[in-house]
Amino acid sequence: MAEAPEETVVHDELKFANDSKMTARDVSVYYGAKKAVDRVSIDVDSHFVTAFIGPSGCGKSTFLRCFNRMNDTIDIARVEGDIQLDGENIYDTRMDVVQLRARVGMVFQKPNPFPKSIYENIAYGPRIHGIADSKSDMDRIVETSLTRAGLWNEVKDRLDESGTALSGGQQQRLCIARAIAVDPEVILMDEPCSALDPIATAKVEELIDELRGRYAIVIVTHNMQQAARVSQRTAFFHLGNLVEYGPTEEIFTNPRADRTRDYITGRFG
Amino acid sequence: MTSQPGHTVKSFDDDLRSLRSRIGQMGGYARQQLDDSIAALLSGDVETAHRIAEGDKRLDEMEMEAESFAISIIARRAPMAGDLREVIAALKIGSVIERIGDYAKNCARRVEVLVGGVSREVHPGIAEMARMASSLFDDSMRAFAQRDPALAQQVADGDEAIDDYYESLFQALLSQIAEDPNQTASATHFIFIIKNLERVGDHATNIAEMVHYSATGEHLGERPKGGDATGLTLPL
Repeated sequence: MAEAPEETVVHDELKFANDSKMTARDVSVYYGAKKAVDRVSIDVDSHFVTAFIGPSGCGKSTFLRCFNRMNDTIDIARVEGDIQLDGENIYDTRMDVVQLRARVGMVFQKPNPFPKSIYENIAYGPRIHGIADSKSDMDRIVETSLTRAGLWNEVKDRLDESGTALSGGQQQRLCIARAIAVDPEVILMDEPCSALDPIATAKVEELIDELRGRYAIVIVTHNMQQAARVSQRTAFFHLGNLVEYGPTEEIFTNPRADRTRDYITGRFG
Repeated sequence: MTSQPGHTVKSFDDDLRSLRSRIGQMGGYARQQLDDSIAALLSGDVETAHRIAEGDKRLDEMEMEAESFAISIIARRAPMAGDLREVIAALKIGSVIERIGDYAKNCARRVEVLVGGVSREVHPGIAEMARMASSLFDDSMRAFAQRDPALAQQVADGDEAIDDYYESLFQALLSQIAEDPNQTASATHFIFIIKNLERVGDHATNIAEMVHYSATGEHLGERPKGGDATGLTLPL
C-alpha cells in the first residue's frame, strides 16, 4: 500500500457538517502486518443514511466494524486513530463495549436470529440491558420494535414460533427489530440484503427509509443501485483508502475522483 | 479528470457508441433539411421544398428510434455518472434536433406559398442568417461528437450574433411592409422564416448546453435571452 493515501475528495456540502453522530479521524486497521484501512477520516451524520461502497477488499466492512468495535473480536486486528460517538472516544479503556454495541447496533449480511422464539429474539437485548421494567413493558417494546421493522403484522400471531422458521427476508427484519429494541443511536448494516431476494430487499430498503432520521444509519453494500436508492451520503473506498465522500446524488451523477467515476460506471479493470 | 477507460462490459460501450451515432445521423439529416429548405427558398424550387416537407417524417422516425434505444440503455444498463448524463443528453438533443427539422419543414412549406402567389424577392439577409444558423448548429453537433465543452461554450457565445442579426432583419422587413403594403404577405412569411432561423440558433445553444453538462457535469452559465423582437415596432 502507498506510503501516504491520496487525498480524499470530500464534497463541500459535507465539509462543514455540524450534526455528526460519529466521527472517525485517521483510522487505520491492520490484520497482522497487513493494513486493511489506511488513515480514513469521515463524519457520519445523525439524520442521514450513509452508504459505504467499493470493490471487495477495499476495507469498507472492516472500517464499518470499527464503529462498534467489532474488530475487537478478531485477535490479529489492530485499530489506530480516533472514533467518537457524540464526542466520546469509543476506544477509550473506560468505554463499556457491551453498552457501546447497544448504542451502535449492527445487522449482518446473513440474517442471524437466535434459535429462540420471535418474542425472545427481541426481548433478549432489553432484558440484559435492563431496559424493560415489567412484562407489559417488554410486550410493548417487542411490539414497537417489530412494528418499526415492518414485521409486526406478519408475526403477531406466532410470537412463540422460532425466529429461524421465518423466511430470509423476515429473519433480516427480525434482526433489525432486535437491534432497534435496545433503542440504539446508530445502526450499522453490513450488506444486509445480499442474501435476500428482490422483494425482501425492497422491504428492507423501505424499512431503512422509514428508520432514517430516527437513527443514524450506515450501510455497506456491493449493490450500487441500492446505495443510490437508500442513502443520502455515499463514501467510496478503494484499497483501504476513502477516495471520495459526498451527497449520494452527486456521487452518482457527477463524481469528482477518477477512481469513483470508473467504479460506479463499471469501468474497473 | 483523466480520460475514461472502456467499460468492463464491452457491449455497454457499443451501446453508447451506437446511441451517439444515431444522434449524429439525426443532426446531419436535420442540417441537410435546413440547408436545402433555404436553397429551395432562394431558388424558388417548389419541388425540392415539397420533398423537404415530406422528408421530415424520416427525422421523426429517427428520433423515435433513438429515444427507444436510449430508454432501453437506461433499463438494461442502469448508467451512472457521465454515462447517465450522456444518455439523458442524447435523449434531449434528439428531441431538439427533431424541432430543428420542424423549422426546416416550416421554411419549406412557405416556399410553396411564396412561389405560388406573393412576391418572391428574397431579402438578401436571409441567406446570410441561414448560413449563420446552420453553421452554429453544425458546431453544436461537432461539440457533441467530440464531447468538447470548450466548443460548446463557443456555440453558446455565438448565438448572440444570430439574435442581433435577427433583430436588424426583423426591423428591415417591418420597414418593407411600411413602405410597400403590397409586400405585407411575403414579408410576413419572411419574418416567420427568420424567426425559425433564430430558433435554430437557440436550439444549437441548447445542444451546446447539454453537451457541456454531459461532458463536465457542470451547467453552462446562464446566458442573456436574445432574439426578442417584441419591443421592435413599425417606424412611425
